[in-house]
Amino acid sequence: MELTINGERRAFNGDPRRTLLDFLRLDCGLTGTKKGCDHGQCGACTVLVNGQRINSCLSLTLMHEGDTITTIEGVGTPDAPDPLQTAFVRHDGYQCGYCTPGQICSAKGMLAEIAAGWASAVTRDLEGEVVLTREELAERMSGNLCRCGAYSNIVDAILEVAGEARP
Amino acid sequence: MRPFEYRRAEGVEQAGALALAGGRLIAGGTNLLDLMKLQVETPAQLVDVNRLPLREIEPLADGGLRIGALVSNSACAADPRVRAGWPLLARAILAGATFQLRNKATTAGNLCQRTRCHYFYNPDQPCNKRAPGSGCGALGGFNRIHAILGASDQCIATYPGDMAVALAALDAAVVIAAPDGSQRSVPVRGFHRLPGDTPEKDNVLEPGEVILAVTLPPPAGGTQLYRKVRERSSYAFALVSVAAAVRMEGGRIAQASLAFGALAHRPWRDPRVDALLTGARPGDALFAEAADLLLEGAQGRGHNDFKIPLTRRTLVAVLREATGTQPGDQA
Ligand SMILES: Cc1cc2nc3c(=O)[nH]c(=O)nc-3n(C[C@H](O)[C@H](O)[C@H](O)COP(=O)(O)OP(=O)(O)OC[C@H]3O[C@@H](n4cnc5c(N)ncnc54)[C@H](O)[C@@H]3O)c2cc1C
Ligand code: FES
Ligand code: FES
Repeated sequence: MELTINGERRAFNGDPRRTLLDFLRLDCGLTGTKKGCDHGQCGACTVLVNGQRINSCLSLTLMHEGDTITTIEGVGTPDAPDPLQTAFVRHDGYQCGYCTPGQICSAKGMLAEIAAGWASAVTRDLEGEVVLTREELAERMSGNLCRCGAYSNIVDAILEVAGEARP
Repeated sequence: MRPFEYRRAEGVEQAGALALAGGRLIAGGTNLLDLMKLQVETPAQLVDVNRLPLREIEPLADGGLRIGALVSNSACAADPRVRAGWPLLARAILAGATFQLRNKATTAGNLCQRTRCHYFYNPDQPCNKRAPGSGCGALGGFNRIHAILGASDQCIATYPGDMAVALAALDAAVVIAAPDGSQRSVPVRGFHRLPGDTPEKDNVLEPGEVILAVTLPPPAGGTQLYRKVRERSSYAFALVSVAAAVRMEGGRIAQASLAFGALAHRPWRDPRVDALLTGARPGDALFAEAADLLLEGAQGRGHNDFKIPLTRRTLVAVLREATGTQPGDQA
């Protein structure tokens, strides 16, 4: 079976137990995606599947035949960084950096969700326009934990990019 | 994880046949894989249902809505029809887990998610739900998250989900296909079980049955609220939750439908509470009576004693908000 990772076709016919996270890290050498808890509780393993953010630790590789996966390596490179990566550097949106790839992939997914008008648990009007306040951002990024507690800088970095993205 | 064989179901009948032969259905995988990694679940075969055509949200002739078993929780909560007609459902889904998890989690998988009881999660501990006959570690153990209603001396686990609590209040139904090709529709209110002597059975699904969809009756209107109380303000399971659909008419409660989460082995409903509220003038005395009725048989187990007053206060707060009354208002 095949899937596309960061624009490259990859084949997989290994052990059915291989999670997407382990496949990326161990078979594809894409070690940017991190394993924190391996149980859906921390968000370090967040990647984009067909544009949507998911926890790659709670998904089997075999279930992704034909899917398009973007990891942090596909989001941007040191020579051509994504605006989110630039903003994280500018705002010092990390300390140890372990959660950062997950934070950035998650933020990319979140910006697409906001563009699609998805409400969150703290959105007052379910049918109204979504405005990315700090409260909204905290709720929407709650699936990404940072043991170093770099949250305030992470929020600043994402808000800067979200603000620029707005017309 | 224990080794398993992976099969992809090409049709509902094949999925049912494989499940009848002992295969375990997997949808989003966010609950099942978590439990397989801990060897709480050890299926010999996984049956991937993700390619089945159950991903649509469709209007029903009576004004209701049919939500396919594989519709992601995110897609359901974002659907404009759900947001407008059944906001309680969108609210409850958004109160659970995270965007990442909800992007994978499905309607059927969410309904069938298993308890978060610590003893169920730890194969080194006794648990009648995981290993029937081994005992219940929670009864005399750490039971802060456990049931205060409808528990048995075999099991005090709770059903942990949010979505199903809203579905119970909205009187939705689960459409189920049997392996012989027949279908049945079970009210969500009767889908999950009480533990009794067989806590290993979470719900009424029989071997080989496949959930096809959830159906919602036409919008009930009124005020719909989902209030979830938890240890932190996001990304945590409920300690107590209240789903309420309340319609007011001329200063009286014309219709009230309530359901409660994290109190029992299933989303908890008490038709007596709905009946007491319906037709009455809202006010604190009425709300106190409703809470008394609801909690009549409530039993704390030590660490979870606090759930009794917490449920009372949450119910009163939700009823005040739903009926537009203030603290101290009397009918
Ligand atoms: C860290 C974390 C936090 C969470 N927080 C919350 C929360 O606050 N609130 C909440 O409600 N939930 C929460 N969840 C649980 C989450 O909602 C469930 O994991 C999810 O809904 C399960 O859906 P799934 O499709 O991934 O199910 P799967 O894991 O694929 O399956 C779950 C069960 O459903 C069965 N199943 C799947 N499809 C069918 C079908 N068509 N017919 C019959 N049986 C079927 C499977 O056999 C399995 O037994 C949390 C989960 C995690 C990991
Ligand atoms: S490693 Fe996947 S959520 Fe923690
Ligand atoms: S920067 Fe260290 S965990 Fe977030």
